[in-house]
Amino acid sequence: MTDRTHTLSPEDARNAAREVRKRRFQAFVFVVPLLVFILFAFVAPIATMLYRSVHNPTVANLVPETLAALEDWSGEGLPDDAVLLQFAADMKRMANERTSGQLADEINRALPGMSSVIKSSARALRRVDDTDLAANGVALLLDANDRWSDPATWRAIRDAGPIYTSSYYLTSIDLERGADGSIGARDVQIYKQLYTKTLKMALTITVLTLLLGYPLAFFMSQASDSLSNFLMVFVLLPFWTSLLVRTTAWIALLQAGGVVNSSLIWLGITDEPIELLYNEFSTILAMTHILLPFMVLPLYAVMRGIDPSFMRAAISMGSTPLGAWYKIYLPMSLPGLSAGALLVFIISVGYYITPALVGGTDGQMISNIIAFHMQVSNNWELAAALGSLLLILILVLYWLFDRFVGTDNLKLG
Amino acid sequence: MKDISPATFLRFDNVKKSYDQKNLVVKGFDMDVRQGEFITLLGPSGSGKTTVLMMLAGFESVTSGDIAISGKSINNTAPNKRNIGMVFQNYALFPHMTVADNLAYPLSVRKMPRDQIKARVAEYLALVELSDFGDRRPGQLSGGQKQRVALARAMIFQPELILMDEPLGALDKNLREQMQFEITRLHKQIGFTVIYVTHDQTEALSMSDRIAVFNDGVVQQCAPPSELYERPVNAFVADFIGENNFVSGKVERIDGESAQIQTDAGTITAQVADGLTTGSDCKVSIRPEKLFIHPTDHAYDNALTVTFNTRIYVGDFIRYYFKLPDGTDIIVKVLNDLSAPEFNDGADAQLLSLAKDCIAFPDH
Repeated sequence: MTDRTHTLSPEDARNAAREVRKRRFQAFVFVVPLLVFILFAFVAPIATMLYRSVHNPTVANLVPETLAALEDWSGEGLPDDAVLLQFAADMKRMANERTSGQLADEINRALPGMSSVIKSSARALRRVDDTDLAANGVALLLDANDRWSDPATWRAIRDAGPIYTSSYYLTSIDLERGADGSIGARDVQIYKQLYTKTLKMALTITVLTLLLGYPLAFFMSQASDSLSNFLMVFVLLPFWTSLLVRTTAWIALLQAGGVVNSSLIWLGITDEPIELLYNEFSTILAMTHILLPFMVLPLYAVMRGIDPSFMRAAISMGSTPLGAWYKIYLPMSLPGLSAGALLVFIISVGYYITPALVGGTDGQMISNIIAFHMQVSNNWELAAALGSLLLILILVLYWLFDRFVGTDNLKLG
Repeated sequence: MKDISPATFLRFDNVKKSYDQKNLVVKGFDMDVRQGEFITLLGPSGSGKTTVLMMLAGFESVTSGDIAISGKSINNTAPNKRNIGMVFQNYALFPHMTVADNLAYPLSVRKMPRDQIKARVAEYLALVELSDFGDRRPGQLSGGQKQRVALARAMIFQPELILMDEPLGALDKNLREQMQFEITRLHKQIGFTVIYVTHDQTEALSMSDRIAVFNDGVVQQCAPPSELYERPVNAFVADFIGENNFVSGKVERIDGESAQIQTDAGTITAQVADGLTTGSDCKVSIRPEKLFIHPTDHAYDNALTVTFNTRIYVGDFIRYYFKLPDGTDIIVKVLNDLSAPEFNDGADAQLLSLAKDCIAFPDH
C-alpha cells in the first residue's frame, strides 16, 4: 500500500536508516585493511612499549620465593637466614637452568658490579648437593662473595622485585629511589641534559629550515609555473636519493680531508683542518638539509593559494611592501609555516640515523640513546621509558601549539 | 607632447609595455581623463587592458611613455605612494581581519588617530549599507557584501582615482546589475575618477562616461557608449560591441558621407567608414534590432532578399535566422508582439533597413 500523505512513515524511516547503515558499512570496508595494519604495526607496538616501560617481571619470575621471604625484612642489617637459605637454593636452581645471567643483568643495572658477583656465586653453588645446601646454604652464599653481606645488595634485589615499577621513568629523568624509598637525584645526570639538548637542536633545525625555506617557498609561489617546477625538482631531489647517501655525502664534504676543509686550506683561511664532522654542528647542518623539503612543501602549498592581489591591495592602500608582508602575507601564510615548523620539529626530535652517522659523541640525540639501550645495553625497559617520555613530550608540545597557534591553522597542502 | 588641457586629471602619453623584449602588449596608449570621469577599458582577454591598469597602479613598470596625474609623472612613484584606490576581481579582502579592520587598514597605515579611524569606518560602512557587519569576517559575507566592503575599502582613504579590475566578474547576473547600480551611485555621490576594466560590454555600456575598446594592445575607439554603439569606427568595434550582422559587398559609388554598396541580396545605401574606396570590397554592418521584416510600417532605404532559416523564441523577443544568397547568416530581432511573423522553411523574405543604420567598412 502506498502512503500518499506527505509525512515520513515508519517504513520510510526504516528505508532511510538502512541506506545510511549500508553506506557506513561500505565506508568501513574501505578502511578495514588500513585499520588492521595500523593496529598491528603502530598501535600495538606503542602500547607494548608503554607497558614495558613500567612492567618488568624478570626478577619476580626468577626468584619469587626469595622475594616473598624478603617482604618482612626491614631493610636494615642482613636479612634472616631463612631468606639467605632460600636465595642460595634459588641460585643453585638458576645456575642449573642457566638463567642466572638474566638476574645478573637486572641487578647489575641497579647496583653496578653485581653481574660478576651473581654469576660467580651461581657457579660456586651449582655443584653443591641439596642436603649440604640445606644445612650450610647461608655460609656457602656468604663465602661465595662478601657483597652478600652488604644490605645494599639485598635492597637491590628487593627493589628489583615488583612486577610494576616506576624506576625506569625515574631513571629517564635522572632520579632514583634512595634506601629509604625517597626520590632523589642520581649521581650521573645524563637524560635530562640529553632531552634539553635534543629539543634545542630540533628548535635550531626548525629555525634554520624556516629561514632557508620561507624565502624560497615565497619565490617559488611567485615564479612562473615552469620556473617553480624546476626549483621544485631541487627541493624534492633529497627525497629521491637515499637518506644514507645524503648523510654520507655530508661526511665526504665535512671530514678532515674533505672538500670543505681542503678548500679552506687551499684558500689559506686555515692551516689545520677544522673539526667539522662528528659534532653538533655537522648534525644540525645535515639534518637541516634533509628536513628542508618538509618545511618548503607545506609553505609552498599555502603560498601558492595566496593570490598576489592581497599584497597588491595592501600596497595600493598605502602600506609599504614590508608592512604589507608583516600584516597581510605573514598571517595568511601562517598555516603553512606552522605546519612546516611542527613537521620539522617533531621529525627532528626523534631523528636517529643522521646523528648516529655524523653526530660523533657530541651530536647524539635522545633517539640514539634509546637505540643504545635497545641494542647494546639490552635495557628495553629503560628504552621504552625514554621513548614514552619522548612521546609525552611531543604530545605536550603539540598541545601547546594547539593552544597558541591552533591546529585549524595547520595546512599541509 | 600634446598640450595638457586644464581639465585633464590623468594622462597616458604613448604608453608602451613589453614583457619579453620582443612583443608589445600595449602599443602606444594615449588617453586624457577628466576629473570625476568614469572610464572603462573594454576588450577581449589578452588585449592589454589589465596591463594598462597595472601600470597605472604601479605593479607593472612602464616600458616607455608617461603616465601623469594632475600634470605630474607617476612613472617612478612607488605604488604605495600613488594614493590610488583599487578593487580586485577576487575582492582581496584580508581573511584574517574583520570587515571593520579591513576598512581601517588604509587609515592605520596612514597613522590616523584611532577615534577618527573608528568614525570614518562607521561612516563608510553606512555608505555601503553594511553598518551591522563590521565585526564579521569576510568569509561570513555573501559575494555582493564582499564586493561592497571592497568598494568601501578602496574609497575610505579618499583617493581621487579608483581602479576596478573586473570587480563584478565573480557575481551572478542579478547581483551584478545591483552592484553596477551601486558603483554608479557611489561614483555620482562622491565624485572620484574611475578606471574600470572589464570584458563585459553590457557592464561597460551601462556604467561608463567613456569606453576605450582595446584589441591587440591598441585602443580601437574611445567614445561615450552611445557613440560606440551607433557609430563604431571600424569593423572590430562594430562586431565587439553588441551584436551585429555583416553583409559582404562591393562599393559602387561614394557620395560624401554615404555610399552605394552592391551585394548579392540587393543594393544598400550605407554610411561611409574611414578607409572606404570606390570599387573595393567592403562589409556592411546592420544591427539585428535595426532590421525589419517586410511587410512593415517602418520607413526604409534598403531592402535585402534573403531566405528564412529558423527562428528562436527567447522570451521578450524572437530571433530570426535568415540566409543571405552567399550562405552567411543574418539575424533579426523582433519584439515578441503580434507583428512577429511566421515563415515556412526556406521561404523568401525581405529585410528592410535605414541607410543611417548601415555602416560600410573596408574589407581586408
